[in-house]
Amino acid sequence: MRKGNDLNIARLIVGAALITILALAFTPATMRAEEPVYGGTLTFAVAKDPPSYDGHRETTFAMIHPVAPHYSILLKFDQENYPKILGDVAESWKISEDGLTYTFKIRKGIKFHDGKTLLTARDIKATYDKIIFPPEGVSSARKGSYAMVKSVEAPSDDTVVFHLKWPSPSFLANLASPWNFIYNGDILAKDPHWYEKNIMGTGPFKFVEHVPGSHWVAKRNEDYFMKGRPYLDGYRAIFIKSTSARVAAVRSGRALIEFRGFSPAGRDDIVKAQGDKIKVQEGPWICYLSVAVNNTRYPFDDPRVRRALTLALDRWEASKTLSKIAIIKYVGGILRPGSEYAATEEELTQIAGFSKDIEASRKEARRLLKEAGVEEGSKFTFKNRDLPMPYEPMGIFMVDQWRKIGLDVELKVEETGPFFGDRKKGDFDMIMDWECGFMDEPDLQLYKFLSHGVSGSNYSRYKDPVLDELYEKQARAKTKEERRKLIRTFEKRVLDEQAYTFPTLWWFKINPHWAKVRGWNQLPSHYLNQDLRDVWLAEK
Amino acid sequence: MHRYIIKRILFMIPTILGVMFIVFVLMRVLPGDAVEIRYAEEGTFVSEEMLVQERARLGLDQPIWHQFVKWIWGIVRLDFGISMWTGRPITHEIKIRLELSLQVALMATFFATLIAIPLGTMAALKQDTWVDYVIRIFSIAGLATPSFWLGILMILMLLIYFKWLPPMFFTSLWKDPGANLSQLIWPALAVGYRYSATATRMTRSSVLEVMREDYIRTARAKGLWEKIVITRHALKNAMLPVITVIGLEFAFLIGGLVVTEQVFNLNGIGKLFVQSIAQRDYTMTQTLVLLVAITFIVVNFVVDILYAWLDPRIRYQ
Amino acid sequence: MNTVEVTASTIRQKANTMPRWLRVVSRFARQKPLGTSGAVLILLMGLVAILADFIAPYDPLATRYDLMMQPPNAEFWLGTDAFGRDILSRLLYGSRTALLIGLSASFLGATIGAIIGVVSAYFAGKTDLIIQRLMDMLLSFPLIIMALAVVAVLGTGTGNVIIAIAVPMTPRCARVVRSSALAIRESPYIDAARALGFGHGRIIFRHMLPNVMAPYLIMLTVFLAQAILLEASLSFLGLGVSEPTAAWGLMLRGAAVEFAEQAPWMGIFPGLAISAAVFAFNLFGDSLRDALDPKLRI
Repeated sequence: MRKGNDLNIARLIVGAALITILALAFTPATMRAEEPVYGGTLTFAVAKDPPSYDGHRETTFAMIHPVAPHYSILLKFDQENYPKILGDVAESWKISEDGLTYTFKIRKGIKFHDGKTLLTARDIKATYDKIIFPPEGVSSARKGSYAMVKSVEAPSDDTVVFHLKWPSPSFLANLASPWNFIYNGDILAKDPHWYEKNIMGTGPFKFVEHVPGSHWVAKRNEDYFMKGRPYLDGYRAIFIKSTSARVAAVRSGRALIEFRGFSPAGRDDIVKAQGDKIKVQEGPWICYLSVAVNNTRYPFDDPRVRRALTLALDRWEASKTLSKIAIIKYVGGILRPGSEYAATEEELTQIAGFSKDIEASRKEARRLLKEAGVEEGSKFTFKNRDLPMPYEPMGIFMVDQWRKIGLDVELKVEETGPFFGDRKKGDFDMIMDWECGFMDEPDLQLYKFLSHGVSGSNYSRYKDPVLDELYEKQARAKTKEERRKLIRTFEKRVLDEQAYTFPTLWWFKINPHWAKVRGWNQLPSHYLNQDLRDVWLAEK
Repeated sequence: MHRYIIKRILFMIPTILGVMFIVFVLMRVLPGDAVEIRYAEEGTFVSEEMLVQERARLGLDQPIWHQFVKWIWGIVRLDFGISMWTGRPITHEIKIRLELSLQVALMATFFATLIAIPLGTMAALKQDTWVDYVIRIFSIAGLATPSFWLGILMILMLLIYFKWLPPMFFTSLWKDPGANLSQLIWPALAVGYRYSATATRMTRSSVLEVMREDYIRTARAKGLWEKIVITRHALKNAMLPVITVIGLEFAFLIGGLVVTEQVFNLNGIGKLFVQSIAQRDYTMTQTLVLLVAITFIVVNFVVDILYAWLDPRIRYQ
Repeated sequence: MNTVEVTASTIRQKANTMPRWLRVVSRFARQKPLGTSGAVLILLMGLVAILADFIAPYDPLATRYDLMMQPPNAEFWLGTDAFGRDILSRLLYGSRTALLIGLSASFLGATIGAIIGVVSAYFAGKTDLIIQRLMDMLLSFPLIIMALAVVAVLGTGTGNVIIAIAVPMTPRCARVVRSSALAIRESPYIDAARALGFGHGRIIFRHMLPNVMAPYLIMLTVFLAQAILLEASLSFLGLGVSEPTAAWGLMLRGAAVEFAEQAPWMGIFPGLAISAAVFAFNLFGDSLRDALDPKLRI
């Protein structure tokens, strides 16, 4: 006992000393962190070119990363305090008691990049009209998320009002969508396609040059509405398709950051080469890989077989091992683990395939298969994408797991075109599925699990009116507790009782970057927090 | 001779039309189209209605034959149309990348020639000695190393031992020769080595062939002075097939550096090619295939004419 | 190599008692040491492919998550990959994939090409003209682009990869074989065969094809080397055979590139295997050409 006490005291002393030393060592750094420095150009790597510049039409991060800093949006997520919502061009807002009217006060004196035109509520109305009620021939990718909107009005230069058809708890967050760039109403009236090839916004940076396939250059907007921002003189996005070339770019300092994320190997290479000049931000990602099972094909029309497929996966082991080689890590259900409405670990382990006793699960899986008449050594195919990260490691892992319950599953890798074709047509036994969201919102994430036909992204092809009804109920739930409960019932039905389709692991976002890049916090989505307004470069 | 040339030029037309037809059909047989791929890629779901609308914008809703005729009519008027992926004019997209691709191809050709001609000649003159063996092993090793692998190794070496990486984007040679060369010299070396392998072998075998000709044998037997003169003369004759190989390879280098461009992150025609196939950018792929095919056919034509002109024994068939 | 030379000299002494094929082999071995070493390497690779089941220390598909990315050691001679699979075993089994695809694709490409070439030369005139224009069309697509397009149309999988590699090879072989066949067509015995009233099929298959064997064999070995390389490139681009099949190109992809610095053995050994195989086929092919038809241009 005594010895133990001594040790503890010794530890305490050492610990205290360490803390003091650390505190001393880091004080100057922290102080500098509080006083951002102006100037400098941020170079960052992006995997692809933006196809067009129109945020309302595109769905790729490759458009967001270079283009978002040119625009303002109505609301944005707080990078210090996700998922809190802040105003961007909105100064303040009011929601009526019946939840049907949202009134926004717009900041005054915001100038477009031409340096003359002032942003008014009419521009915001024109923007949202284009998104929600696009004119003939104009595409709006996320129109479906705004089905609750009856109309958008601009009663005065600094007031915008949204009228809803029904109250919706997810509406405010949808107005913080990073895609909803605010455009100029007059330009839109003349040519609704103008913004596909041109940039004219009110964001912190002005457009300089885009060389397709090569790079994108922007400079500071001196007229930006937020005093003292942005800090950077400008930025340069470099388009680098090859993953290893992107890692090499950050490692050598040719780029300071890549916002989407690197693999564990990339992180280790960069850290090993540059040591403490690199800071690594890691965290969960609103993306998951799942298995779509063809519910219309024998023997997968039998819930026992589907249950066996999910029971075979040792998710907890996968979390430990695959996270060393791939960008997948978190064990979760249909919502991102750790998000507001997600299942707790205890709730999760009650679901088939999430138990920590894998031997029992596999035994049960074999029993179910036998009961359903699926013989040992039965051959199936699992179709996968031809991308190495994270599809390939997960594919290899799954096939190996199914081998352990006596199924001979062949991994069939397909190029993008045939892969999407087969997934849509239902030409598969099992196929890799995934989804990435820009925010944690059950309305968005649960949509995928609605009946085939109701939801366009239900590739498992089942129809279940019970789920459709539960979805409507949770979307209009009055209290959070009620909504949570409904979501649990929904999750249990999808993953356990029916095992229609099942997530494998949620993604793991790893952003190693040069420590001199300050003022950018990793959020759980690579679509969010890309306006670079608060980013600055420390001298070292 | 003139008739022969005219005939050859006329033959090019059906070949080019055939290539156009093949690539047009091939692209449409591939599963998926530009619209589908654009939106499915990120896993975001978009409505069928929007897909239909986007297709109509690209003219994909029109009958196939209509699209084909429209394309050919455009080509005839030298109007290559716009990219289905970016909406920018195809000529603009190609222009951005052509300078880089041409330069890499030229540099690689330069390296290859520099290595191949002396080595190949030496190997032939010293046939079946250790000099020949060493040279052949060196050149075959060039053929046997996958170029993507060589590229990855080169980049790693630079990173690990020199903590340095070539610039990530292209600067024109005329603007900043230093930046330009420090980016392009590596891929040019990697490609040039591989390319020199083919050229070395060709040089060796054609020098060998010329050496077997009777007049050279006699000359070599006569004495040193003649030996030098004739060897030089023989070399000139032997260079014809070597030039052919170099010319044809050069034509392919412009569009065929698919993997190398990816490894070195070069914004060249090869990358655009693969990208446009993957994105089902019909108009872009069609134009690129057409350009590569025309280059190939024209180079081939020039080589044939050169042959006929230099070697009257060749019959004009 | 020593053993080969010793055998060669012993054989020379007993040349008279040796069967004809052995004499040919021994002469090749004496005159073309490089080509012979290539041939020995090829034989070795063939043996490994056939005996993979017996000589591979582990199941090439067996994953061991507790032994991920082990460096080469006594237990795993060439280390393990990102899934704890034994690299040596995967290399040995991979020779099967490489040989299977290489042999079938080059055999298919060279044979169809040879037939087309001979037919084109034999009929001459309009037929020749049309076939040659068709071949020109196929030739004007870069090899890798053509293979990419074929895989995209047909999908991945061993059979389709074989076709994807064979298609762009066909016109190359057709062209070379045609020029050899043109000369044969003019030779007296073909005239004689025609005078005797033999059918086209008989003349083509019985009299002309056997006479273009030399260029055909040379093209075949050259194609073999290219096919192995092309298969590796396609797999590297994710368009070849699928994981978890053991294939050299696949082993160079993904984790091998990502961990190139931390676990270089994952990529170096399969890279070497590809190089060695391609090297061997090229050495052999070169010497074969020197021996059979030094004027052939490929």
